[in-house]
Amino acid sequence: MADKVKAIVLTGYGTNCEVEMAHACKLGGADQVDIVHMSELVHGEYSLDDYHFLNLPGGFLDGDDLGAGQAGAHRIKYITVKSTGEKLMDQMLRFIRDGKLVIGVCNGFQLMVKMGLLPGFDNNYEEREVSLTYNDSSKFEDRWVTLAVDESSPCVFTRGLKQLYYPVRHGEGKFVSKNDLVHKRIQDNNLVVLRYSDPKTGEATMKYPENPNGSPDAIAGICDPTGRLFGLMPHPEAFLHRTNHPRWTREELPDEGEGVALFRNGIDFIRENL
Amino acid sequence: MLARIQVGLKPTFIDSFGEITKKRINTDLKLPVESVRTVKVFTVDADITEEQVLQTASGPYSDPVTQDYSLGPLAMDWKLGFDWLIEVGFRPGVTDNEGRTAAQSLELLIGRKLTRGEAVYTSVQYLISGPLKKEDIENIAKNLLANELIERFTIMDHKEFAVAGGVEPFAAKVVGENKGQVAEIDLDVSDEELMRISKEGVLALTLDEMKLIRSYLARPEVQEERGKLGLSEKVTDVELEVLAQTWSEHCKHKIFSGIIDYEDVTSGERSTVTSLFDTYIRQPTADIREKMGDDDWCLSVFKDNAGVISFNKDWNVVFKVETHNSPSALDPYGGALTGIVGVNRDPFGTGMGAKLICNTNVFCFASPYYDKPIPARLLHPKRIFEGVREGVEHGGNKSGIPTVNGSLVFDERYAGKPLVFCGTVGIMPSEVNGHPSEDKKAEPGDYIVMTGGRIGKDGIHGATFSSEELNENSPATAVQIGDPITQKKMFDCLLKARDQGLYNCITDNGAGGLSSSVGEMGEDTNGFELHLERAPLKYAGLQPWEIFISEAQERMTLAIPPDKLDRFMALCEKMDVEATVLGNFKDSGKFHVLYDGKTVACMDMAFVHEGLPKMQMVAKWEPKTHAEPMLPEKPDIGQELHNLLARLNICSKEYVVRQYDHEVQGGSVVKPLTGITNDGPSDAAVIRPVLDSFEGLVISHGICPRYSDIDSYNMVACAFDEAVRNAVCVGANPEIMAGLDNFCWCDPILSEKTPDGPYKLAQLVRANQALARYARAYGVPCISGKDSMKNDYLVGDIKISIPPTLLFSAVAKIDDVCKAVTMDAKNVGDHVFVVGKTYPELGASEYAAQHGAIGNSVPQVREKDAHARYKAMSQAMRRELVASCHDCSDGGLGVALAETGFAGGLGIDVDLRKVPVSDSTDFERDDTLLFSESQSRFIVTVQPQKTAEFEEIMRGTDCMKAGEVIADPVLKLTGLSGDTIASEPMADLKVSWQKTLDF
Repeated sequence: MADKVKAIVLTGYGTNCEVEMAHACKLGGADQVDIVHMSELVHGEYSLDDYHFLNLPGGFLDGDDLGAGQAGAHRIKYITVKSTGEKLMDQMLRFIRDGKLVIGVCNGFQLMVKMGLLPGFDNNYEEREVSLTYNDSSKFEDRWVTLAVDESSPCVFTRGLKQLYYPVRHGEGKFVSKNDLVHKRIQDNNLVVLRYSDPKTGEATMKYPENPNGSPDAIAGICDPTGRLFGLMPHPEAFLHRTNHPRWTREELPDEGEGVALFRNGIDFIRENL
Repeated sequence: MLARIQVGLKPTFIDSFGEITKKRINTDLKLPVESVRTVKVFTVDADITEEQVLQTASGPYSDPVTQDYSLGPLAMDWKLGFDWLIEVGFRPGVTDNEGRTAAQSLELLIGRKLTRGEAVYTSVQYLISGPLKKEDIENIAKNLLANELIERFTIMDHKEFAVAGGVEPFAAKVVGENKGQVAEIDLDVSDEELMRISKEGVLALTLDEMKLIRSYLARPEVQEERGKLGLSEKVTDVELEVLAQTWSEHCKHKIFSGIIDYEDVTSGERSTVTSLFDTYIRQPTADIREKMGDDDWCLSVFKDNAGVISFNKDWNVVFKVETHNSPSALDPYGGALTGIVGVNRDPFGTGMGAKLICNTNVFCFASPYYDKPIPARLLHPKRIFEGVREGVEHGGNKSGIPTVNGSLVFDERYAGKPLVFCGTVGIMPSEVNGHPSEDKKAEPGDYIVMTGGRIGKDGIHGATFSSEELNENSPATAVQIGDPITQKKMFDCLLKARDQGLYNCITDNGAGGLSSSVGEMGEDTNGFELHLERAPLKYAGLQPWEIFISEAQERMTLAIPPDKLDRFMALCEKMDVEATVLGNFKDSGKFHVLYDGKTVACMDMAFVHEGLPKMQMVAKWEPKTHAEPMLPEKPDIGQELHNLLARLNICSKEYVVRQYDHEVQGGSVVKPLTGITNDGPSDAAVIRPVLDSFEGLVISHGICPRYSDIDSYNMVACAFDEAVRNAVCVGANPEIMAGLDNFCWCDPILSEKTPDGPYKLAQLVRANQALARYARAYGVPCISGKDSMKNDYLVGDIKISIPPTLLFSAVAKIDDVCKAVTMDAKNVGDHVFVVGKTYPELGASEYAAQHGAIGNSVPQVREKDAHARYKAMSQAMRRELVASCHDCSDGGLGVALAETGFAGGLGIDVDLRKVPVSDSTDFERDDTLLFSESQSRFIVTVQPQKTAEFEEIMRGTDCMKAGEVIADPVLKLTGLSGDTIASEPMADLKVSWQKTLDF
């Protein structure tokens, strides 16, 4: 049981949602939230070892050059921590081995799949099995989407949640698997946590723009088999208060935005289990 | 070795980039292309092994899940059938952002930094199938895929490709060596020769200015001083370039500060304006501030890179809007991208530095459906539209700054020069390390440090070039491509440096580059000494003067006190930001520049910054009369409304808005699109800059260049009013509202090529008079602004001048964002109020244009009525009495009613007989009443139980209940005769409104 839940929000090199991500962690109940620049990790001023909850926020790491998250993943793989000589990737893998939580939103999700953190079959967090590629529309788009939660998924962040409404803001969000086998394994293990869905029926949809990028199986977010690593394209940290909702002036909504619940679930899990 | 790594999406994936290219070839060029497949090419020019090349290709450069890579032609590996190949790459020296990232990834992999000369270059291959001839392919390459100013392309047909085995590797390397030569120019020559020197050097210096330099150099004390430093009596190229940019219209605003002899032919009045800026902009702001007394919330106006106002006791707000028109005409993508990342540096370099919280963008283009021949050197308006849209998308989105507000304005005359207005709002703590954040000052002895990007030949002569019309000699080097990620990394670092108190002063490198930034900061201490050879360069081959005035992007200049230098440099090193000490600020009184220890420029600070005589100009106002529109005797109101909604200036801009991230940073409250299906047109933006507070900012603007065709006075009056009422629509407090004026004019100086200069200058005078009048009337001070005065195109005998345009941007406070209001009708049964009188003002309206005329009855702004109305409306909103509020502007009541209805997915039933109208006019025509563009009006819906209280507050402000929100989703209008004149399904009206720009 962690008596103080400590969250780290990683930023730098083009990440840009770190402030609202940190705010989400606070609203979700974290006792300590630090926004840490990648260079501070690399210089050993901060270490992942001191935290329970790693947040990889949205943004444009390296301007999406070479493909979203691609150069960022490469950096984490190759760079060493100056004070210890340890590979940053090893620090990351230890964090995961220790049973801690990782959430990656949008560019953070892209980063996770390109590092190989997801889907993380057989405790292998370095194998690239899936990717996120260009939207079928080939456009970057900012629009709100309805998400159906797979309640059978092991994801700790979505416990007790059924349907969510968040914005997507990306140009490369179409989820693809290396092959059908990988795709089937993801489905069989209920790792598809969120699906783009029709707001009226709540059913997963392939229809544009409800499915904004053409993701097969309407995949919007997946987790690893432990449920502790979660990546999603939509932005929960963009809906922390009802005034973030695009129709708040015409609908009756609770003050708290639907994004907070994900973070609270993660933080509660840490408090109980770590 | 020189290696080509080719990467492409596996053939089993949809190549959506190829698909959209195909679509654009089909629709924009009308060529029958069947398929387009794209391949990314990395040309690696580095001393690495074959194995390292392979590691790079399979590692950072490709995605094993989605992409194939090859060191040979990928198209051959795929056995892909295609007819033509076009490969597009950058010309040497053009910023290649992806190439830079690719190089950094390579460095990590090989464990060393690339040496000078080693680099990675990117290009794109388009593999095209279709029954196309070589000239079609050339058309595609030149008019869609490549901009020859900055890019080169290779064309091959399939056979050539097969025989050659692909495209030859080519590194777009700049070849040159540092010779560091300084030329001396003899100014002791004839007047003609002086002007030739100015023109050929793109210096934009006038004869008087050239002579002024000559006489300065002839002063005995100057000659003596120069002799000691090893300079001759001739001017160096560095000095001449410094003076050219410092004295350019772009930097010095000579027209706004000159002396104007103004004559109004109608009244016979003559007057002299000694400075438009001092008289009509600075003075009204000073008066408003004086009136506010102790409550003055303006903190820094007109003196820094952006204006600063107080947000609350803890935070200050900074706002600046710039234009980037000329570069966007030549390279829309790079020009606009640089426009947005460039204006970002203004608030960042204001006071001690602000964090950037939102962007605004207003674009003025010719119709994307333009179908006439395109004059030489101009690009098709659709191409400009798409290029600018994408440039701002990349600049804004990648910087993590939400684009919250903007407009698209269309007029054929913008074919000659598009206008690209980019604005940025920032926020900074009211105090930084115990000092007011709006103040900064370099101290003698401080180090001059430049951070961020390196210097190249990009952007040379940007300041002087934009001080001239676009002509056949407009330099390609004036075009730059911004790099938002290098800038973001720098901003992340400098905000930490700010909070740690590591610098005394900061400013950006924009127009004029180091010459301008260091020159201006040097005014704090009265002098500086700078060593050009220390400046980091992108490539060899720059002359000293080029280093000094290059406008290469992503650079800030700072004054670092000696005791903080080590900490500052260590922070930059840690955060991967290049920082270089270039010299020191001094109190020597000298503008002193050296190269390799030798003086290349030394002038008195006083001469550089104050040497300029005031320009003398003439302005003559003679109003023009225009034909009145021939309106149909019995107009089909429904059809007229459909046509209006589909007009470019009225239709939905969702296509553009969706591609801009408008909610990053988490403070979005009123988004650009709103209503029941998130696609109605918001009047203004509301954001919450501090996430644990509910105090918010409203961002709005007004722009209506059409009215200039009748009188630029009304154009400004209406733009001002529109900005204010848009802000009021969403709940702004009109008592805490500041404005920014951005003038874009056509050349108003009488000359051979501008015989109508006095008229255009009179338009400028009148515009300024209106600005002053409405600023005072509304108590909305201008806090910053900019002018761009040479928006003309002149090649051969074709001249295109833009309509005189003012963008007025407003930033206001909203005390509680939970009381913000949106424009969509909310509930069946709500009462519909029309607030504000309608006058018969169809002059230069969209309706008049629809009927092929301009007319004369241009809208007037009756500020006394309007101001009282705005204050009352704000009061009603604070009491939460308003369900929806929408601005009446282009297309008048008719358009506003339709938008209110379809945004809410509800019907509206309105009786035109109940609409408040001018006392002196008997409206006879429904269309005049419905489509008049009278200002200061709103459509408001109010719940029935709140109506009485609403009416009470609005009493005396021309507020009348004219109808109801109805369940049947139609727009039902009862005409002046009492008959139903329209009953149009809202869904159909919405289709008309959405289809025009549905690309």
